[in-house]
Amino acid sequence: MSGQLTIHSAGPMVTVQDMGRSGTLSLGLSRGGAADRLALIEAAALLGLSAPLAAIEMAGMGGVFSTDTPTRIALTGAPMRATLDGVPLDWHGSHLLPAGARLEIGPVTRGAYGYLAFAGGIETHPVLGSRATHVNSGLGHRLAAGDTLPLGPDPAPDAPALALPVEDRFSGSEIRITEGPQTRLYSASKRERFIETAFRRSTHGNRQGVRLDFDGEPFTAEGQLGIVSDVIIPGDIQMTGDGIPFVLGPECQTIGGYPRIGAVIPADLPRVLQAAPQTPLSFRFVTLEEADAAFAAETALLNRLRTAAQPRIRDPRDMADLLGYQLISGATAGDELKGD
Amino acid sequence: MSADPRPDCPDIAPLGVDGLLVRFSTRLDDAANRAVLGFARGLESDPPQGVVEVASALSSVYLRFDPAVVSRAELTRALQDRAATRDWSTPMDGVGRHWHIPTAFGGDFGPQLAETAALLGMSEEQAVADLVAHPVRVLAIGFAPGQPYLGMLPDRWDIPRLKDITPSIPASALVVAVRQLIVFSADTPTGWRHVGQTAFRPFRSESDAPFPLRPGDVLHFEAVSHDEFDRIRASDSDGSGGARLEVQE
Repeated sequence: MSGQLTIHSAGPMVTVQDMGRSGTLSLGLSRGGAADRLALIEAAALLGLSAPLAAIEMAGMGGVFSTDTPTRIALTGAPMRATLDGVPLDWHGSHLLPAGARLEIGPVTRGAYGYLAFAGGIETHPVLGSRATHVNSGLGHRLAAGDTLPLGPDPAPDAPALALPVEDRFSGSEIRITEGPQTRLYSASKRERFIETAFRRSTHGNRQGVRLDFDGEPFTAEGQLGIVSDVIIPGDIQMTGDGIPFVLGPECQTIGGYPRIGAVIPADLPRVLQAAPQTPLSFRFVTLEEADAAFAAETALLNRLRTAAQPRIRDPRDMADLLGYQLISGATAGDELKGD
Repeated sequence: MSADPRPDCPDIAPLGVDGLLVRFSTRLDDAANRAVLGFARGLESDPPQGVVEVASALSSVYLRFDPAVVSRAELTRALQDRAATRDWSTPMDGVGRHWHIPTAFGGDFGPQLAETAALLGMSEEQAVADLVAHPVRVLAIGFAPGQPYLGMLPDRWDIPRLKDITPSIPASALVVAVRQLIVFSADTPTGWRHVGQTAFRPFRSESDAPFPLRPGDVLHFEAVSHDEFDRIRASDSDGSGGARLEVQE
């Protein structure tokens, strides 16, 4: 049964996001989609889906939500304080959301972007092949109190609640980058200083990109004013005219004339975009062979995570959503294996 | 950077783990842009195996590929072979799309026309006449959705961008710098000089066809009086701004 999601309140940047658009780059519209793509893949794994569906992305602050139909949900990405009718919910897990229950999601406890996904997905009308809100291009809008969104039917409402062990990607640390076509515009000493610099994620950051703060001289390139504009992509580390680095995000512009010292590998991009302000970040050049070895196709990633998602085993007295668990040992509805 | 690549032998370099950049020039020039448009069109109509997206910029073509289907080395070879089949900077046969766009110049509609004309050593009337006499090609679409970079104007239009950014220039404005024109998709801060105003919207998010322009289209700006422009804008309902599209076989 399809349903309706009601937003009772929302933080300042709560939007619908999916895996973004393909094929619009040549028309000036960047891919967009979830800032943390892995979080949508994790949600699909927790909900037993064969592909990620459109979900709610919450930057820094969540909101209050309810549905008119029972549905499983998954909470992924940056951990946020979440309660269901006042009882705390585990993050990195799936839960059953009964009709009319009040789901309250507060601020992030670590990281930047949390996700609320529904087993049937959000079924707004796709625009240019995607439901993703592209804030900078005026596609879709920030969600606000009173908004309602259509939900697809939960294909397996009786499936057990699952949990997923998640490696910390919310605390910054060392980020792997590859050389790009403009890396050699930077002298060897500048490139060396770049990898030795302790950066911090600035307070200036959004879906377009994240500015990096640091102490020391700016990173200017040779002949940077004469660079002809090239295609730019999420993960590129672009320097402004004053030599300040920005790591580009999903809503970056499509063409840019500022030089890029390198590109964050896709596997590490969530760590940059999920870094909260002041989080330490540093960079290390890796060879293309190392970058290739770390690359996992998103479908392969989903298959791996679906195997890793396991029924939650907890003390029933702590369970807010007891009905969301499969309580009969050794038996499941088997629905989590369907749909491949 | 090394010497410029030849049109039949572009530089091919990785851009990210799943992308390649095919660069026909390290500078913007007309021949390189023609090569970019021709090469990109060929990739779109007959994509090599494993390519998921093609996008052209002023002097380069970007390809995103699925590494599960094709390796970087294989795709690089396929692109080198394709590049060597012809001199991509020579014009290709094909359908030409010509847009005729009514434009109001000067006054409130182009507050920086006077200083632009002064830089050219012309009167405002001469500068407008010179600009409209030169149809311009969509060199690339980008920066903002649907927004065209147009060129190339004659050398005398090689005027620099302003050092001091103008805080906001309206959507559909016509601006000029470095032998190029842009029609803005949205209100934009810019260092380009605002010489005219169209009612043509390069991005129509509410439309079934949100992107009217394609790389390679030719635009003809046609000067209209301020009164006529006001009438065109007042009666415009779909963002076409009185523009007429002529398709030449």
